[in-house]
Amino acid sequence: MSALLQVSDLVKTYGTGGAATHVLRGLSLELVAGEMAALLGPSGSGKSTLLTILGTLMQPTSGRYSMLGQDLVVADEADLTTFRNLHIGFVFQFHNLLPDFTALENVIFPTAVREGRETASARARGRDLLTRMGLADRINFPSANLSGGQKQRVAVARALMNQPELVLADEPTGNLDRESAAQVMELIAEINRDEGTTFLISTHDEKIAALCRRQIVVGDGVVTG
Amino acid sequence: MLYALKIATRYLTASKAQTALLVLGVAVGVFIFIFMSALIGGLAEFILSRTVGDISHITIEAEDPDPAILIAPEGQLLSVIEKGRARAAILSDAATFIPLIEAVPGVKAVSPQITGAGFMMRGSLVSQVTVKGVEPGRESAILNLDSYLTQGSARVGSGLVVLGERLADDLTLRLGQTVRLQSSAGVSTVLTLSGIYKTGNGMMDGSSIFVSLSTARTLFSLPQGVTRIEIKLTDLNAADDTALRIRALTGLDAVPWTDGAEQLMEALNAQAQTGYFLKSFALITIVIGVASALLLSTYRRRPEIGIMRAMGAGRGFVIFVFVTQGALVGLMGGLVGAGLGYLALLPFPSREAFRSGTLPMDITQGSYGLAITLTVIGAILASILPARAAARVDPVTAIGQ
Ligand SMILES: Nc1ncnc2c1ncn2[C@@H]1O[C@H](COP(=O)(O)OP(=O)(O)OP(=O)(O)O)[C@@H](O)[C@H]1O
Ligand SMILES: [Mg+2]
Repeated sequence: MSALLQVSDLVKTYGTGGAATHVLRGLSLELVAGEMAALLGPSGSGKSTLLTILGTLMQPTSGRYSMLGQDLVVADEADLTTFRNLHIGFVFQFHNLLPDFTALENVIFPTAVREGRETASARARGRDLLTRMGLADRINFPSANLSGGQKQRVAVARALMNQPELVLADEPTGNLDRESAAQVMELIAEINRDEGTTFLISTHDEKIAALCRRQIVVGDGVVTG
Repeated sequence: MLYALKIATRYLTASKAQTALLVLGVAVGVFIFIFMSALIGGLAEFILSRTVGDISHITIEAEDPDPAILIAPEGQLLSVIEKGRARAAILSDAATFIPLIEAVPGVKAVSPQITGAGFMMRGSLVSQVTVKGVEPGRESAILNLDSYLTQGSARVGSGLVVLGERLADDLTLRLGQTVRLQSSAGVSTVLTLSGIYKTGNGMMDGSSIFVSLSTARTLFSLPQGVTRIEIKLTDLNAADDTALRIRALTGLDAVPWTDGAEQLMEALNAQAQTGYFLKSFALITIVIGVASALLLSTYRRRPEIGIMRAMGAGRGFVIFVFVTQGALVGLMGGLVGAGLGYLALLPFPSREAFRSGTLPMDITQGSYGLAITLTVIGAILASILPARAAARVDPVTAIGQ
C-alpha cells in the first residue's frame, strides 16, 4: 500500500523564550492509505497538536508535511481550506456540531459550503450516511437536542460527507459512555473496512486503541512506539 | 452565496428574542430619522407657505428711465425727471413677453400689473393706498385673493375696486358704495367697492387696493405696457434657476424672491442642518447597536465558526455570513421603522391643512426610501468589524480541544 501522508522532523513550539513549550521535537510519521491507527500518549504529549497540524489547521514550527503528494507546509491558507474540505474529515471531542442546524444540515455542511448551496444529491448522501450511523429517525432533528453519542455519530457522518482520504478524530469517544463509545468505534471500523478511509484516532482508552490495527505512541515529542 | 444567506438567516431566527430586540432598536432609529425628516421638511414647507406663499416668486419690475439731463452753464449737471411719465416707457412690449414667460417650465401663473401710489377719499376721510392694477381673471394669480375674500367678489371689472377690511373700516366703506381715488399722476376717478378681503397682514389689509389693469392705465396715464410682471412658480425652490432662464429668454431683469430673503434662507438652512445633525445621530446609534450586537454574536459563536472553518469554510464565507446578518437586520429594522413612522405620521393634517398649534408634519417628506437605504448601508458597514473578527477566529483555539 502507498503512503497517504508523510511528516518528518516535525517541530512545534508554543510561545517563545522562557515561556516556550516544546511539544513536538522532530517527530516523523507515515500513514498508509486504508490504515486505522490509534494515537496514544500521556496527557500533554502532543496528540492534539499533531492532529491539528495533520489537519492543516495549524502550521508546524518546522519540518515537512505532505499528503497525497502535496506539500502542505508551503501552501497558502485558501489552498489549505480547499484541501481540508476535499481530503480531510474531522471528529472532535466537544463543540462538534452547529447547534442551530439539524443533523442532516450538519452532515452536508462540507459539501454545501463548497457548492454554495444544499443540493438534492448532497441531501441524499447525507441521509444515507445518517442511516448507516443508525440515525435514520434523527435526520431532521435539531442537533442541539441529540444525545452525546448521537452527536458524535452525526460528526462521524459529517467527517465522511466529502469522501475524504483521511479522517482525524481527537478523542471522539472521550465523553461517551462505554456503550456509545463502542458503537461509534464499530461504525468507524466498518467505514474503514468498506471504503478504505484512513483513520487516525487519538485516545487514552486502551480498549479503544485495541480496536485499531496500529497503535502510534507519542512521548517526548517523538513517536516512541 | 445562497448558502451563506441560509446560515445568516438561521442564526437570526435561532435567537428570536435577541434578533427582535435588535430589529426594534434599529427601527426606533429609523423612526426618529423619518420623524425628523417629516418635521423639518414640513416646517420648512409651512414657513415658506406662510412667508412667500402669497408673494411673487419672480418679479420683473420696470427700471426707472434715465432722467433727462440738462447742461448747466458752470459745467454742473442738472437732471429733471418728468412727472407722471417717469415709468412710461417701461415694459411696453409686455404683451409679447407674457406668452414666452408662460411657456417656461415651472411657471404656474403670470400677472402683468400696473402699480403705483394714490389717495382714497371719502368725505373728509383720506387714506394713502398702493394701487395694483391687475388683469381681470388674474386677481388670484399671485396672492390668492379669492381665498381671503370676506365679502363680495374678487373680480376687478372696470370701475370696480377690491380692498382690505382695515381700509374699508378706515373709510367706513361698505360693499357697493363708491369712493374717489386720486393717483400720484394726478388722475382721479370714482370706483365702486365690489369686494373686501382679509389676509391678516396689516399693511396689505390697510393700504393695498386692486383695480383692473385698464383702470390703472387711466390712473397712471400709461397708454401701453405695464410696470411690473409677477410670476408664480409651481416649485418656489426653483425661483433662482427659473429667473435666470427668463432673463436669458427675454432680456428683462427677472428677480427671484430669494434675492433679499437671505435671512429666511439662512433660518431654513440652519433648520435643515439641525435636521441632518439629528438624523446622523439616529444613524450612528443604529450603526453602534448593530455592531455591538453582532460582535457579541461573533464571540458567542466562536466554536461554531471554528467548526465551519475546519470543515472547509473560507474566511470570505464567514465574513459573508455576518455581513448578511447585518444587512438583514438593517433591512428589517428599516422596513419596520419606516412602517411605524408612516403610521405615526398619518394622524397629522396634510400639507394643505396645516393649522397653527399643531406640528406641521409632512408625511410626504418622510424620506422613507432614503431612511431604509441608509440603514441597510449603515448596518452593512457596522457588520464589517464583527465579520472580520469572526473570519479571524482561529479554529484550533475556538474548538478548544
Ligand atoms: N496554544 C497553546 N499555547 C501554549 N501551549 C499549548 C497550546 N496548546 C497546547 N499547548 C501545550 O502543548 C502541550 C501539548 O498539548 P496537546 O493538547 O497537544 O496534548 P494532548 O496530548 O492532546 O493532551 P490530552 O491527552 O490531555 O488531550 C501541553 O503541554 C499544552 O499545555
Ligand atoms: Mg488532546
